[in-house]
Amino acid sequence: MNAPASLQPGTASLLAVWRVRAAHYGAHLLPVALGLAALTVIPFSTWASLTIAGVAMGVIIFIMAAGLGLVFGLMNILNFAHGAFITFGAYVAAAVLARMSGWTQADDAVLNLLAFAACGAAAATVAGVLGYATERIIIRPVYGAHLKQILVTVGVLIVAEQLVPVFWGGVPVPVTRPALLRGSILIGQVAVERYRLVAIVTGLLVYGGMVAVLARTRIGLLIRAGVQNREMVEALGYRIQAVFILVFVAGSALAGFGGAMWGLYHELITASLGSEVLVLTFIVIIIGGPGSTSGAFYAALLVGLTANYVGFLAPKLALGSNIALMLAILMWRPTGLLPASRN
Amino acid sequence: MTPPAVGVARAESAANTRALLTLEQVQTHIGRYHILHGVDLAIPEGEVTMLLGRNGAGKTTTLRTVLGLWRASAGRIVFGGRDVTHLATPDIAQLGIAYVPEDMGIFGGLTVRENLILAARSGPPDPERLRWVLGLFPPLERFWGSPAGVLSGAQKQMLAIARAIVEPRRLLLIDEPTKGLAPAVVNQLIGVFNELKAQRTTILMVEQNVMLARAIGDRVAVMVDGCVVHSASMTEFEADADVQGRLLGFSLGGQA
Repeated sequence: MNAPASLQPGTASLLAVWRVRAAHYGAHLLPVALGLAALTVIPFSTWASLTIAGVAMGVIIFIMAAGLGLVFGLMNILNFAHGAFITFGAYVAAAVLARMSGWTQADDAVLNLLAFAACGAAAATVAGVLGYATERIIIRPVYGAHLKQILVTVGVLIVAEQLVPVFWGGVPVPVTRPALLRGSILIGQVAVERYRLVAIVTGLLVYGGMVAVLARTRIGLLIRAGVQNREMVEALGYRIQAVFILVFVAGSALAGFGGAMWGLYHELITASLGSEVLVLTFIVIIIGGPGSTSGAFYAALLVGLTANYVGFLAPKLALGSNIALMLAILMWRPTGLLPASRN
Repeated sequence: MTPPAVGVARAESAANTRALLTLEQVQTHIGRYHILHGVDLAIPEGEVTMLLGRNGAGKTTTLRTVLGLWRASAGRIVFGGRDVTHLATPDIAQLGIAYVPEDMGIFGGLTVRENLILAARSGPPDPERLRWVLGLFPPLERFWGSPAGVLSGAQKQMLAIARAIVEPRRLLLIDEPTKGLAPAVVNQLIGVFNELKAQRTTILMVEQNVMLARAIGDRVAVMVDGCVVHSASMTEFEADADVQGRLLGFSLGGQA
């Protein structure tokens, strides 16, 4: 007896596999396409500087946004308090660097990098602890109620912004880069800021680490499954709540770390840093597809590159360029670049 | 007058089996809707119970309430001698219940392999059992590394059932496995269910497909308006054209 057609490896299914793959690589190549397009209108050495700045900005935005996307994807929670973790991360990093001036000023690459690692670790730790407390005290009572979530988490953001002057004063605080991360190096004819290179390497490490955890560990598998169908994960016998707390704390810690890197990028921070950057992180999550880590990464690159290219070509349009980018992507792909669920 | 849910089993099964799962006067509300109005049901160990009834009778709600996906607002659910009425879904599932929902609940962005790894809760799937499962559903092996989202409806259903049996479970809750599938595929599934049945797997299945219900069911429970109104062995049920017509609106004889 012949097996029914639907059981055969029919061409329709193989075609579907290839369509998914094509869509996948399309999203990956989009930042490259954007870069090449910009090269046609911008002189090479300027283009190279802008591209490196854009990629550096992009990966930092990714670090700040990654946790927000997973929290929304996994538990459908809108968390504006995420901006507070970014702000506190930046300020904690600035404070740590200020106290470690011996190491940051030293003519010793190892001490410089240790100072960089220390400020990042301190920022991540403080933000992680704040995240844990926020989830337990503020967010848990409003599970499943979006409007209340927005109200209470925006409240946390406002309170955090008002607390910053209490701890660190009302004037913008300088963030001192360790000596190794100052100045530029020449690659061919192109001057490249050292910190941007360090930021790119760090961002790629964070992204690679996240992808590895999500793809290769059981907890990663649970997170990806939970983003797609939380109820089914529970029906399989897993307590998704425990996974969620872990993701929330890790995401908050990453936000703090990203805040530290953002502070070092701009070298000057204000209390409104978190709420300003939060807009960018939300754009990245929406463009990438909520809950999708790879989507957020490529979306963040697009946002970083667009901001830099447009800032050079038409500075007056720079502010609106990210919103325009979001509109364009959503018209093309309403569920984002790499949607997490493909049911 | 409806017969009690317990104690109407065939003589031999009444003697040899005990109820693995019992529902006593279970009520469920979803929002302001009152769906289950006091369900009494006993699922004997090692048998296949078919839950029949028209659309909206509360069959799916019954399965979901057993698993705690919707909370019973009254009554008692006992599984394996333990009161699970107020346990959380993961804890109920961990007692040994697998669930194949009506929408199959496939993780479309995960590969076929990852779907099965996740379903094997206690570690990497046992290779021999996995080989048996893939033998039941050859297409799953063919699409082993592909995202489950690209599978056809039939293949997704196979994956959903494979997920439920990749590790031995004490009870399978299966909701309309043949919905929307071609007759040839349904025949294949009947073969699979018969193999599970031969291994004395306890199954509670919601099914509208009479052919499948007759082919694999040991017992029948019929739901009307949120209550189990009739419970009998398949043999008794098949013989009772009057009950069939009254409760389901058709008679099995006419479909045979």
